[in-house]
Amino acid sequence: MSSESTPALVKGAAGVESAASGGPAPAGPSARSPRSRSAAGYARYAAGKLAGAAVSLFAVLVTSFFLFRLIPGDPVKQMTGGRQVSTEQIAAMRREFGLDLPLWQQFTQYCGKALTGDFGTSYQFRAPVVDKIAEALPATLLLTGTAFVIYTLLGIWLGARSAWRNGSAGDRANTALALTLYSVPSFWLGLLLIITLSVGVGPIPGLFPTGGMESGDTAGFDRVLDIAHHMVLPVVTLVAVEYARTLLVMRSSLLDEMGGDYLTTARAKGLRDDLVRRKHAVPNAMLPTVTLLFVNLGTTVAGAILVETVFSWPGLGGLFYQALSVPDLPLVQALFFVFASAVILMNTLADVIYPLLDPRVGR
Amino acid sequence: MVTRVPHRSLRPRRRLRLLLASGAAALALAAGSVVPGNPLAPAPTEARADDGTTTLTVAVAQSVDSLSPFLAQRLVSTSIHRLMYDYLTNYDAKDNKAIPGLATAWEPSADKLTWTYTIRSDSTWSDGRQATAEDAAWTFNTMMTDEGAATSNGSFVGNFEEVTAPSKDKLVIKLKKPQATMTALDVPIVPKHIWEKAGDFSKFNNDKDFPIVGNGPFILTDYKVDSYVKLKANKDFWRGSPKFDELVFRYYKDQDAAVAALRKGEVSFVAGSPSLTPAQSASLENAPDIKVNDAPGRRFFALAVNPGARTKDGQKFGDGHPALLDQKVRHALFMAVDRKTIIDKVFQGHAVEGEGYIPPRFGDYFWKPSDGQKLAHDPAKASALLDEAGYRKNSAGKRVGKDGKPLDFRILCHATDPNDKAIGKYLQEWWGDQGIGLKVDCLDNVSDPWYAGEYDLAFDGWSVNPDPDFVLSIHTCAALPAKAKETAATDNFICDKRYDELYKKQLAEYDPAKRADLVKQLESRLYDTGYMNVMAYPNAVEAYRTDHIASITTMPSAAGNIYGQDGYWSWWSAVPAAGASSSGSSDSGSSSTGVLVGIGIAVVVLAGGGLLFAMRRRSTAEDRE
Repeated sequence: MSSESTPALVKGAAGVESAASGGPAPAGPSARSPRSRSAAGYARYAAGKLAGAAVSLFAVLVTSFFLFRLIPGDPVKQMTGGRQVSTEQIAAMRREFGLDLPLWQQFTQYCGKALTGDFGTSYQFRAPVVDKIAEALPATLLLTGTAFVIYTLLGIWLGARSAWRNGSAGDRANTALALTLYSVPSFWLGLLLIITLSVGVGPIPGLFPTGGMESGDTAGFDRVLDIAHHMVLPVVTLVAVEYARTLLVMRSSLLDEMGGDYLTTARAKGLRDDLVRRKHAVPNAMLPTVTLLFVNLGTTVAGAILVETVFSWPGLGGLFYQALSVPDLPLVQALFFVFASAVILMNTLADVIYPLLDPRVGR
Repeated sequence: MVTRVPHRSLRPRRRLRLLLASGAAALALAAGSVVPGNPLAPAPTEARADDGTTTLTVAVAQSVDSLSPFLAQRLVSTSIHRLMYDYLTNYDAKDNKAIPGLATAWEPSADKLTWTYTIRSDSTWSDGRQATAEDAAWTFNTMMTDEGAATSNGSFVGNFEEVTAPSKDKLVIKLKKPQATMTALDVPIVPKHIWEKAGDFSKFNNDKDFPIVGNGPFILTDYKVDSYVKLKANKDFWRGSPKFDELVFRYYKDQDAAVAALRKGEVSFVAGSPSLTPAQSASLENAPDIKVNDAPGRRFFALAVNPGARTKDGQKFGDGHPALLDQKVRHALFMAVDRKTIIDKVFQGHAVEGEGYIPPRFGDYFWKPSDGQKLAHDPAKASALLDEAGYRKNSAGKRVGKDGKPLDFRILCHATDPNDKAIGKYLQEWWGDQGIGLKVDCLDNVSDPWYAGEYDLAFDGWSVNPDPDFVLSIHTCAALPAKAKETAATDNFICDKRYDELYKKQLAEYDPAKRADLVKQLESRLYDTGYMNVMAYPNAVEAYRTDHIASITTMPSAAGNIYGQDGYWSWWSAVPAAGASSSGSSDSGSSSTGVLVGIGIAVVVLAGGGLLFAMRRRSTAEDRE
């Protein structure tokens, strides 16, 4: 059976696949029972992964301080640009933000506070950074989380179907459509959807709001409906541009499985074709997809800056953009830390969970 | 690829399913946490046709930085403060002249150092207490004594010696030096009885307790970050109640999306930031029920020339081109610029050709060069001036100085401004014809090289206030930095004795006509130096729905803008269009919303149910087989 894959899109997954299948050979004979040995092995493995994550998190904490100080420009000047301000006002703001202190002192203060969970006060919004993030996080999780669930399920389902009937007209159409949507810039697709489905063109009526998360004049269940109504277009945009990756990874890993003897055995047992696919082939092909799933889940927190902008979604992506343009150092540092830690945590979680999914990993 | 035995994958598969399910559940929980009604949110403030409430919805893009007048720096926030709080004085929509606000009259003393304001007795805070001179005195005193409270408007009180309120209707401000801008104090007066409990002014954002107590034409009733700001009409406002019942600033982060919302009728007004693009305004011009307001702007757009950066005590720094210290070269450069082409091609007609420093909409201070003085577009004369200055063309057509070095300049350009880039290309062509080389340095952040004086020329622009003092002050020697490369008030390192003398005179001149005359002399002097060459006054292009808004006051009223006025005239005066009782709300979609959403939810539930069913079937398949 032919095995097609799209290298660029499945690179990450292929890496894990080899890790999954090419693990170290089983350990030699031991006095302990195999069960306790494997439990202890797993604990050692998980502890190693967690320690690695902790080191990465600390590195991110340090990097975020220096990285954004490389951005040219003075935050105070940027914030007061075009305003009638005196030099005394500017000096007072610099003092207030601690920008007049030597860099090493700013750094030690930042580290000391960050370790207690205090990321300081936003320059531009004059509010604790943690509060600003907490304000925008739910909106982002709602939007990208919903899109994530839909594009993952859609990608897995369509990918499996495509692989099972690979080479058919359905497969070719499916893959071509997914790749086309994947190549479309999300803001452009978003604007097209706004113009056609929101404003309405010709016979198509304006069905959805042009932007925002809610109208602000509803409460209770009406508010839930209102938010759902506002979510439709941004979610559709995100799903359309994102589902191709899951689809292609699923498709190529299932293609790899399809030559397996165990499938012939399953068929020989007299199982129906879709049962062979769903019960035998797909589960074995899931591991690379699970990797991608965790990678996607990690980036979910960072939101989708372009889609959030086009649909005026009040999430973290937009907040990050605003923080960068000042640069609002406390806010930008904390956001970078949150985004990076989400990815690190999800990757660690994936590492920790793999041995449970496939006992050969991490032994 | 290792071929796996099906049985081995059974356990992992069950775990995987569990994992997927729990992941989905976690996401649903996270999603659910934002969905239930926010207990702090008010009951629905309806703008529906059936109860006749009228709502004016304005699309904005800029996030509110703070709702505290002591902290707000951004236009969106200061514009909202105009609506929430009264200022001592206001500007007449007709001609920008100072007119009564919270103060009904004002009088300077003979020595010019004491100003006495009479505070009106018919202004009440929205909690029922009277607004008095005591509130004004407290506001100014707080800004003078508390660094945090001086963050945004501290410059207004820098010259104040003492502020007192001898009675409820008298406010007395003593100055250190005479100051002609005392009828242009753009400081919102806040209620003392509320604000004295605020605590740390550098951290108090005034965005927790709604409605926010104010005495302006509107009362702020609700605010959700980057979603909306809601205000309701103050029916007791002393100048009269606004005509719309509700005013909503709704967020559209993308300007094309905002234009789409206007087309649909979800919003009544779009300003653009700072202006609609020529393409957007062209597309709206023929749309039904939409009026495009192509208004004279309050900005000037200039070609700034580095006069040699220096500190207050004369220490030179930076690397401005020495040839630009010759006035003839500066004049020649500007004369080679075809300003009409810039208006027609770059601004596509949405700008007015530049002349003096202050735009024509500020009629009292607008100044034009005389015929003999004018640096009109004249490439031949520019050539002659360059020859005169000693920069002749060599055989290759390049202008070279006496030292044999070719004349090559750099211009600082804002990478975020497409106009800068387009004009840069034209300048390369026009100056190239003169034998002068030009490198266009487009940067995301121009402030670093700018403050370091490391530029030859730069694209420069400021928004001008009805009182021009501030935009004039940024070219005085006093505005130069104390230390090299330090942030300072100066715009372009200009330090000219004659200009400084005129500047001091106008600041101490309390007679408006005489002061205007001095300001015009200042503009004339600045024009002659050739350091600030105004190329254009860009228009403010904005649009609104005529089926929502029947009439609205522009500023200046004859031909002016609507968003970001020096006053509350536009939103205060806007009259709802007949039959537009639900104007501005998303009426077209709301009735069908329930149905649509219902369908959407049904689809999701069906899909979810189908998936669950499939999973169950799969898990029991073995038993069935």
